[in-house]
Amino acid sequence: MSRSGEEVSVADHELSRKETAREETKPVGATSVSGDAEKPREAIFDVDDVSVFYGDKRAIRNVTLDLHRHEITALIGPSGCGKSTFIRCLNRMNDLIPSARVEGTIGYHGENLYDSSIDPVQVRKRIGMVFQKPNPFPKSIYDNIAFGPRVMGMKGDMDEIVEGALKRGALWDEVKDRLKTNAFGMSGGQQQRLCIARALATSPDVLLMDEPCSALDPISTGRIEDLMMEIKEDYSIVIVTHNMQQAARVSDMTAFFTVELDDDGKHRTGAVVEYDDTNKIFTNPEDKRTEDYVTGKVG
Amino acid sequence: MTGAQIAAAARAQRSVLPEVSGRDRLYARLFRGCMFAALGLAFLGLGAILYDVAISGAPKLSWDFLTKFPSRIIPSNSGVQSALLGTLYLMAITTVFVVPLGVATAIYLEEYADRDRWYNRLVEVNIQNLAAVPSVVYGILGLAFIVRGPLGLGNVLLAGGITLSLLVLPVVIIVAREAIRAVPPSIREGSMALGATQWQTIWKMVLPGSIAGIATGVILALSRAIGETAPLLVIGAAASPRFNPDGLLSDFTALPIQIFVWTQDPNREFVDLAAGAILVLMIVLLLMNSVAIYLRNRYEQKW
Repeated sequence: MSRSGEEVSVADHELSRKETAREETKPVGATSVSGDAEKPREAIFDVDDVSVFYGDKRAIRNVTLDLHRHEITALIGPSGCGKSTFIRCLNRMNDLIPSARVEGTIGYHGENLYDSSIDPVQVRKRIGMVFQKPNPFPKSIYDNIAFGPRVMGMKGDMDEIVEGALKRGALWDEVKDRLKTNAFGMSGGQQQRLCIARALATSPDVLLMDEPCSALDPISTGRIEDLMMEIKEDYSIVIVTHNMQQAARVSDMTAFFTVELDDDGKHRTGAVVEYDDTNKIFTNPEDKRTEDYVTGKVG
Repeated sequence: MTGAQIAAAARAQRSVLPEVSGRDRLYARLFRGCMFAALGLAFLGLGAILYDVAISGAPKLSWDFLTKFPSRIIPSNSGVQSALLGTLYLMAITTVFVVPLGVATAIYLEEYADRDRWYNRLVEVNIQNLAAVPSVVYGILGLAFIVRGPLGLGNVLLAGGITLSLLVLPVVIIVAREAIRAVPPSIREGSMALGATQWQTIWKMVLPGSIAGIATGVILALSRAIGETAPLLVIGAAASPRFNPDGLLSDFTALPIQIFVWTQDPNREFVDLAAGAILVLMIVLLLMNSVAIYLRNRYEQKW
């Protein structure tokens, strides 16, 4: 499969970054010293040449990037560029779509997520996900949180697990007196924090968030952003967002996706244009298209 | 000029928002009137039948009528006990067969079946078709394969129950599929994303979310089966038995059969008994439908 010119430029860019001693390290033996005295950046996902197809149609092509542990990685780009498709590869949610097919490898703790020996259910137990629209279960707040730990067969005091998760989701004080009431009675922002708390209840090591704030007002959005900043100490977070200010506010690294014409000039496919420190993406991007997008000239 | 006339004149001058023409308004009224008349006609027909049945049947309704066995000779000493019990047993047997089979098929078709496979599409199309097959055909099927043929049960209660099960199974599958489909995909995704297996997701999320719809659909399907006469006639339900069914392999009758037998009688008094039996059947039907409505209102999940 041939790469487009842009893909090559991303690869070149990776090389140049390595030359400047900001080395992206692999999961094993990660110790690198960076120029500006940062802690070592360890990769949690090592995405290598991933393409996703729905039937015959290719949705994203040749995505190669490392996502870092204990950082927030933002995926930005116009609609239809494959951000959601990509994030759903990271916990094998694309398996639920019968026609979807993933090529390439995604390294996670030294294993390829798409190896035939990997059980997607086990993957999802380690990698939690929060969706665009809050999707609480039609059960009590308590049972919403307890569902994950129960299906995992987690041992221990369920009350404690639920309390812990709600505290991590910054929701405990608001709901501690009505744990047994139906989650549908909560506000949209509360529902989304419940979904985050629910995902955290099983102590995953990665949290994937697919436009988690797009259905929320700015105040609820602010709460969730604060929450993300707090929990990134313990989790690695990947977030798809249409809100560029949000990406700029919360993320450490940003990947800019866009839709490009394939080499055959007929089909359009999503691809990564540029992936770098969020600061760099927003202040001094390498690619003209990134600059146009983040400065609001297009998109 | 009155205020209204002034306003009308002012409106007429404004070309941007001209008044609705008298003709359009007339058509709109006519159309609404026609639809209302159609509704009224349907209600009138139903009302006339009910009135007629109630006039002849209501005087027959009594505890005796419910507890006596049908008599071929003395109308006043006749009742529907064997028929009513037969109908209730038939419904119970049908429920036992139809719920597990129907729900399992619906779960398979909605949650597991790959629609690109030809055999799944074939099953789907066939279920739609089976739901439209006339009930007498199911009677013939029951006669050939259950009463005689491979199963050879004879014309017994179990044979009637199985035949009615086959009759309503497609309907139950269709309503159960609709109930399952009403559970939003986001609930399944949320569950799977927490590491639940597909089976856990179905058992703990999809089924609880659709159980009210399934239960309502099953009851409505049963209320279709309860009035079925043709298939039971074909498989050979007993006419006016003076005994209750005492087991799955017992002879039986059912309310529609008893009604049919009585209406065939030249004695006018027996025909009045049929009206009484129709009222009993309608009451059972109403009770079942009210349970369905109660279940729907009480447990229906709003998403």
